Amino acid sequence: MQIYLPIAEVSVNAFLLLGLGGLVGVLSGMFGVGGGFLMTPLLFFIGIPPAVAVATEANQIVASSFSGVLAHLKRKTVDLKMGTVLLIGGLIGAALGVLLFNYLKSLGQVDLLVRLCYVGFLGVVGGLMFVESLNSIRRARKTQTTTAPKRRQRNWIHALPFKMRFRTSGLYISVIPPILVGLAVGVLAAIMGVGGGFIMVPAMIYLLGMPTKVVVGTSLFQIIFVTAFTTMLHATTNYTVDMALAVLLLIGGVIGAQVGTRIGVHMKAEQLRVLLAMMVLVVCFKLALELLLQPAELYSIGAAGGH
Amino acid sequence: MRFLVALVLLFVPVTSTGATEEVVLGLSQNRVAITANFDGSEILIFGAVKRETAPPADQPLEVIVAIEGPSLPVTVRRKEKRYGIWVNVDALKIDSAPAFYAVATSGPFDEILSQSEDLRHHVSIPRSIRLVGTPSHIADADSFAEAIIRIRSRNGLYQFLEHAVSIEQETLFRTSIAMPSNLTEGEYKTRVFLLRNRAVISNFETKIYVQKVGLERFLFNLSRERPVIYGLLSLAIAIAAGWGASAAFRMFRQA
Repeated sequence: MQIYLPIAEVSVNAFLLLGLGGLVGVLSGMFGVGGGFLMTPLLFFIGIPPAVAVATEANQIVASSFSGVLAHLKRKTVDLKMGTVLLIGGLIGAALGVLLFNYLKSLGQVDLLVRLCYVGFLGVVGGLMFVESLNSIRRARKTQTTTAPKRRQRNWIHALPFKMRFRTSGLYISVIPPILVGLAVGVLAAIMGVGGGFIMVPAMIYLLGMPTKVVVGTSLFQIIFVTAFTTMLHATTNYTVDMALAVLLLIGGVIGAQVGTRIGVHMKAEQLRVLLAMMVLVVCFKLALELLLQPAELYSIGAAGGH
Repeated sequence: MRFLVALVLLFVPVTSTGATEEVVLGLSQNRVAITANFDGSEILIFGAVKRETAPPADQPLEVIVAIEGPSLPVTVRRKEKRYGIWVNVDALKIDSAPAFYAVATSGPFDEILSQSEDLRHHVSIPRSIRLVGTPSHIADADSFAEAIIRIRSRNGLYQFLEHAVSIEQETLFRTSIAMPSNLTEGEYKTRVFLLRNRAVISNFETKIYVQKVGLERFLFNLSRERPVIYGLLSLAIAIAAGWGASAAFRMFRQA
């Protein structure tokens, strides 16, 4: 069934969109990532204009994250206090990110920078997670006693002022690292047009030392607000949020997220991490190939003045 | 002006018979409504040639139909390999290029229309793209214009349809042009040219209106006129859908 999207001004198959939404939703629920880093390239691929894809994706992430966070709230795996601290950083970061994005846009190379951001971050994050998770799986198989790898980080994080107790995470640390993490993720989220979960999840585990169980729910909680903020910015400045596209994606997405959250419960944290790392690396590899291989069409058409 | 006509008559007296031939046009529709399930549209263009005198026997009548969508400036970028990766290097601003352009002819384009006539009436696809003043660092500005044609032809937005117009008994002609689903809104200028001896003897112009209707119209207008409400509505739908799915699954599990 073909459907014409009023803002994107293209006609696409409605079932294809529902399917894509569902698939990405499952991943979102399993890993606590918004799925934007997968969905946005997929939308480009089926012919949605990039500007519309990025803006609409932000709106869709709100839905799948909200659905996911409700499931996590029920299981009490959301650190609301930590989420709020991350959110404060995230909103400031998103605003800064939009400013930076518009500045790069005026330089005319924003596409390339977004791509390089993707390749760089996905590569580093995916690689680190992959190695770390494989190591911890190997360790768990050999001996039951696990050595705490967080000891080293505790030194400088504990030396910072403004300490706060995060009961759900079982942490007593300064609010500065979470705010900085939120800020960095917010900037990247605005530039790359994604929720930023794939960066925040590892940052929460490795930098803040949060338990893996609460990481997913907490990152979803923070993503809801950052993407809602991004959606409003896009809707009011670029008019690129396509409601029809968003509705189709999110119907598939919210159902997928519920399914994914339930799959996630039955899987071990290390297995989840290996899977997520592999997925991140695949996307990174594909984007890197596009930069390295000669494209079939060297020319591209953009609106005058735009990117 | 009259002097000019007289001059032309003096030098090429053969074409004088052509001036009496005129187009009477019909369209299957002069409005294309973009609805939620819009999947392209086929427009039938048909007409007759009205004439007072008998048609000249030696030169056959040829017809060209051109539909031109709204023109907008575009920026074309070209990638080059720099530091091992493919990067947009050169960019050229094209003053105007139509969002849609279809030319249907009754015969081989170059044989039925002379270059000078094409130049005067802007009939062929390359003539529809306007490019004035190119920056000095770009030597091959034409390749950028060619790229627009190539990319848009691939998307079905530019169509070059030779032999697509059928003519019957030098009087009736018809063609159909398929408009793709990725149309932009606006007025689509539709021109019909009657040709003899590679020159335009008469032309006729009308408009086809392409417009979003119903829900499409409502959403589009809302997004432009009340962006804050549109954004909040989008978020409300997202939150409601997220909550709805969660609630539905809870009920599903309890049952």
